[in-house]
Amino acid sequence: MPVSSQWLKRPLLERSTQLFLGVLFAAMALVTLLHVALPQGSALHVSAYTVTLLGKYLCYALLAVAVDLVWGYLGILSLGHGAFFALGGYAMGMYLMRQIGDRGVYGNPELPDFMVFLNWQELPWYWQGFDMAWFAFLMVLLAPGLLALVFGFLAFRSRVTGVYLSIITQALTFALMLAFFRNEMGFGGNNGLTDFKDILGFSLRSDATRLGLFIATGIALAIGYVICRGIVTSKLGRVSIACRDAEARTRFLGYRVDRVQLFVFVVSAMLAGVAGALYVPQVGIINPGEFSPLFSIEIVVWVALGGRATLYGAVIGALLVNYAKTVFTGVMPDAWLFALGGLFVLVTVFLPKGIAGLLQRRSAPPVSSPSQEAAA
Amino acid sequence: MSILRSLARLTFALHLVLLSSLAGAQVSEQQAARLLQGLAGASQAEKSIIVRELAGSGDERARNWLEAFSANKLSRIKTTGQIVIVTSNRGRNWAIADALTGESLGEMSRRELEAVQVNNTLRGEVDDLLSVIDLTVANPQVRLTAARALMGTVNAPLAERLNGLLADEDNPAVREALESALAIYRLGQGDGAAVAVLAGSLNPQARAALAGAARGDDPQIAAAATRALASIEQKLTLNRAAETLYFGLSLGSVLVLAAIGLAITFGVMGVINMAHGELMMLGAYTTWGMQQLLPGQPGLALILSIPAGFLVAAMAGIVIERSVIQHLKGRPLETLLATFGVSLILQQLVRTLISPLNRSVVTPDWMSGSIMINEALSLTLNRLYVIGFALVVFAGLMLIMRKTRLGLEVRAVTQNRAMARSMGIRATRVDILTFGLGSGVAGLAGVALSQITNVGPNLGQSYIIDSFMVVVFGGVGNLWGTLLAGLSLGTINQMLEPWAGAVLAKIIVLVFIILFIQKRPRGLFPQKGRAAEG
Amino acid sequence: MKFSKHLKLGLSALALSVSLHSVAAEDPIKVGILHSLSGTMAISESALKDTMLMLIEQQNAAGGVLGRQLEAVVVDPASDWPLFAEKARELLAKEKVDVIFGNWTSVSRKSVLPVVEELNGLLFYPVQYEGEESSENVFYTGAAPNQQAIPAVDYLKNDLGVERWVLAGTDYVYPRTTNKILETYLKDQGVADADIMINYTPFGHSNWQAIVAEIKKFGSAGKKTAVVSTINGDANVPFYRELGNQGLAASDIPVVAFSVGEQELAGIDTAPLVGHLAAWNYFMSVDNDANYDFIDAWVKFKGDDKAVTNDPMEAHYIGFNMYIEAVKKAGTTEVDAVKDAIIGVTVPNLTGGFAAMMPNHHITKPVLIGEIQDNGQFSVVWETSSTVAGDAWSDFLPGSRDLISDWRAPLKCGNFNVVTGKCGGGTAEVASK
Repeated sequence: MPVSSQWLKRPLLERSTQLFLGVLFAAMALVTLLHVALPQGSALHVSAYTVTLLGKYLCYALLAVAVDLVWGYLGILSLGHGAFFALGGYAMGMYLMRQIGDRGVYGNPELPDFMVFLNWQELPWYWQGFDMAWFAFLMVLLAPGLLALVFGFLAFRSRVTGVYLSIITQALTFALMLAFFRNEMGFGGNNGLTDFKDILGFSLRSDATRLGLFIATGIALAIGYVICRGIVTSKLGRVSIACRDAEARTRFLGYRVDRVQLFVFVVSAMLAGVAGALYVPQVGIINPGEFSPLFSIEIVVWVALGGRATLYGAVIGALLVNYAKTVFTGVMPDAWLFALGGLFVLVTVFLPKGIAGLLQRRSAPPVSSPSQEAAA
Repeated sequence: MSILRSLARLTFALHLVLLSSLAGAQVSEQQAARLLQGLAGASQAEKSIIVRELAGSGDERARNWLEAFSANKLSRIKTTGQIVIVTSNRGRNWAIADALTGESLGEMSRRELEAVQVNNTLRGEVDDLLSVIDLTVANPQVRLTAARALMGTVNAPLAERLNGLLADEDNPAVREALESALAIYRLGQGDGAAVAVLAGSLNPQARAALAGAARGDDPQIAAAATRALASIEQKLTLNRAAETLYFGLSLGSVLVLAAIGLAITFGVMGVINMAHGELMMLGAYTTWGMQQLLPGQPGLALILSIPAGFLVAAMAGIVIERSVIQHLKGRPLETLLATFGVSLILQQLVRTLISPLNRSVVTPDWMSGSIMINEALSLTLNRLYVIGFALVVFAGLMLIMRKTRLGLEVRAVTQNRAMARSMGIRATRVDILTFGLGSGVAGLAGVALSQITNVGPNLGQSYIIDSFMVVVFGGVGNLWGTLLAGLSLGTINQMLEPWAGAVLAKIIVLVFIILFIQKRPRGLFPQKGRAAEG
Repeated sequence: MKFSKHLKLGLSALALSVSLHSVAAEDPIKVGILHSLSGTMAISESALKDTMLMLIEQQNAAGGVLGRQLEAVVVDPASDWPLFAEKARELLAKEKVDVIFGNWTSVSRKSVLPVVEELNGLLFYPVQYEGEESSENVFYTGAAPNQQAIPAVDYLKNDLGVERWVLAGTDYVYPRTTNKILETYLKDQGVADADIMINYTPFGHSNWQAIVAEIKKFGSAGKKTAVVSTINGDANVPFYRELGNQGLAASDIPVVAFSVGEQELAGIDTAPLVGHLAAWNYFMSVDNDANYDFIDAWVKFKGDDKAVTNDPMEAHYIGFNMYIEAVKKAGTTEVDAVKDAIIGVTVPNLTGGFAAMMPNHHITKPVLIGEIQDNGQFSVVWETSSTVAGDAWSDFLPGSRDLISDWRAPLKCGNFNVVTGKCGGGTAEVASK
């Protein structure tokens, strides 16, 4: 299929993508080297703790790229992407739960601990199959994808846009959070899924597995980035930018706006799901907190800080904010919310194009701005 | 078994009460001191007897002692053994007064005092004793409360006494209550005729007695009781429906209050103010602050908080508008992010400056409790006030929007900013005032919420999503839509709750809204005209 | 103003630790403090952080331990459960702390647990919890269900003659488990199904009208009714308000709460609540000199005359002193040595008795029932005649009935099945390592 391979090949020929991938892989190689080659005591040694932390940041970066795809290039401000992230995470969590087998505290080979705990007699039907890796990994894509498909189909068909769409995406993630909090749902309630032992036979407690997960996340980010780049530079991407800037006009020109929106939205949700799936084994827990509307808004701020509609900006934003969070919550716990809040305000007021905007201004003359919301 | 024991005690006590009321004597100081001292060291059973002696002593201070005992304010000084009444038990040093003379003894460290222990059982007994005393006072309202309190606690000697009182009682309501109280007792004794007295009663104790009789051995009485219960049950169904409706309206009015300020800033100005919840929080904290400024006058403080809360929140809103929102004209989604940042800052500000802990806001007496429509249906007063308050705020806003110059200008700017400006309206000033108004209304909502829920840094967060749902469901920019949406969502939620549970009810409502928006993307009452295209 | 005071305090503490550091021969003992200082749990947890800082300050003033000073390492997991795991890893791997005091919610403990086990750390967990857990690396200084829920129900049943039960809780694992245990326990005692009503609500639930009305209805069946409440934190204020307004007094339907302490009451107007109950292992009002000294020190430390103490603070007090004793006993802060030494360590609690660390890493505690007073304090109306040892595995749950925990050699097992005679599940792997 020459067409399909072309849209993926095109971004690889771009200088910006090559630069991004180059920096990403170089950084990953450096971290791996410093972790493996240098002895524990060395000043430059990167500890397993740091590797996992970086792995987590990369998951967030992939999530931010997914959000940037819909917000930056489609004009849909999703306040519910945390839901897709969490669904992917739960799919992975269910697989990891089943991998525990009879090593849980009650030693039940079939049921996870929390089910034994609540007197469940047998595995609910929706837990079936998650003991097989291929099925679980498929669900990592399908669960968020399907939700996005149904939700997007309904929303885009009836032309729910702008603020309304933002608010119902928020309602969606809020409703899911409440639902997953319910113990009857069979996802561990508030405690979620935790105490994982191993993944694909590798112990999650070994440093090698950690490094492997870190590298896998980096590769996933690279692939996600290339896919997104491929989409936005294709014809479809140009139509979606047209939707963003003037939805009605695009429709009148004969484009099926709702189909474009739906496709991009579903792809974005799947990417978010993959990010969630990689996140769970690295942090060791998935619980309904990931569905909280607050988290979803935070993601948007990463993207805003980095600069929307650039993709690499989203990555920069996610890495920066989360690094700041790690530092601040260690050094000045009280100041963290002030800093985060101030960031929200300052970026939106003074840096509407984010850090990427700053970089672009320096390197190139201003291009026509990614337009604001379609004016009346 | 414990019932038998307390029966025995009550018999003994009432005996004393009867004796003493005949004698009407004042106890000697030594005897009073002996009784109080005895209370301090006694076991529960002994305390129960001494309490009755005190009640029966006829001493005018007895009521004071019993109330202090019941409120856990009777204490013994560890070193001297003197019995004192604690007049203020805040902090680590407590103000005390001599129990016998009432003379103030200044303050004393908590370490030096040993409280005379009381518990629910004893408190219940004291309450019963006080109720019996209350039955003889002149105020019929007090007598009615006392008579109702005695339902289900009557026993043989008390029944005798109540029969005597009943003969002299001329207030029909008190009579009815006494008759019911006696009937419950008689039914317990196996008197089938009592069923007829209780047949129409909605009183829970009466119903409990009937339920007991329906399970009883005597088939005739059981059948009669079952029939009586069935008719009561029918009445109750109606009452419960009314109650659910009331709950729904009350929840709805809270939603309306929370959302209506948003309807102005979001609907009219197109600003998505995620800090709206924190503006409510400011209103609630204003109430708390007022109560700190006016200790001992929670009611006055609450009333003063209404203008104060409005002003505080409105000022905060204006600051937000000037410093943040005015730079984001025409970028509604960006206002969402910036104001979300503001909300985080405000929350943390409250945590740092005041405390991360919830603050205690006192409910004034006239807002506590409930008014009884009948014995099965009572409307809680704080909620009733909130419903009224919500309607008043709504009416006020409608007036402002429809009848004032400001309202006219706001509507003009909303519909066509450029045209309005060219007609000489200062759009910037209108923006400031509109945002101030919306924020001020949020402050009012906060004042009301302080009477219902926690006053803490998280207050705002718990309402923000609901508020947006209400505004979007009602149709952005339409105040009537907000009112209708709030009330109907509240009612739907409360109707679902009994069978779906609180969580599921909320989820169902959310899913309902999501689906509804798919059907009608612009809410119940979509805005019409050019402004709607935005 | 408050901020500058904190700053001053911090600076003086810094100055102190610097000056002492030059004196102390060895590096300080690092104590990690893992409590949320921001987010929803900051309400409860920030006081525990301050408690730890106070205890460390006191210990240092008394010369530290083993001639070494203690140094607090404070991090903020921000009420974010995955962040708890990350911060625990930071404390153990990066800061190399000797011990961690921390966590409040069950989910945060579950999140931290694998990290602490993997890196072989020590965690003291100070909050009452649902049991069904026993980790080699965790010491549970809060109450297990048999140290709070079951005695409270016994009190209601025997002393107040309660026959009908409402088990109301927030929908998460602690109430779920506690209610499950209580349900089995009550049924074992002959309580009929129809006399038990179970209700769950979400976190922060604020609209209690319908539920309170239902409780009222349930309570009017002619039998003495009580509510056993495992309602969490913020939801309590509106719950009690609604109870008061709908006229359910403590003398009609008492509510016994397991999650309402002095700190929660500080945010409630308690006048309508007088007489409602709480079951804990410590109350601020306990009449005891050790307790008064603790309160005085706390008030001084906080610089707030109205500062209150509560049960988890006492648990930290006990846990900290146990750790100090164990370090003295072991002569080192080396984790495995301390872990072995601490079993059997006995220290005074604040209620006039002693707490001992049991082989299952739970401690002995007295159980107190208190009634709420109008000044936001509890008055103790009942207590167990002796202390009760915490039970990691409930006897009233089918899955855990046969399990015991004993971390002494040679058994060294957190979930030993006495019927099969085998150490079950995940801990077998740990034990063999």
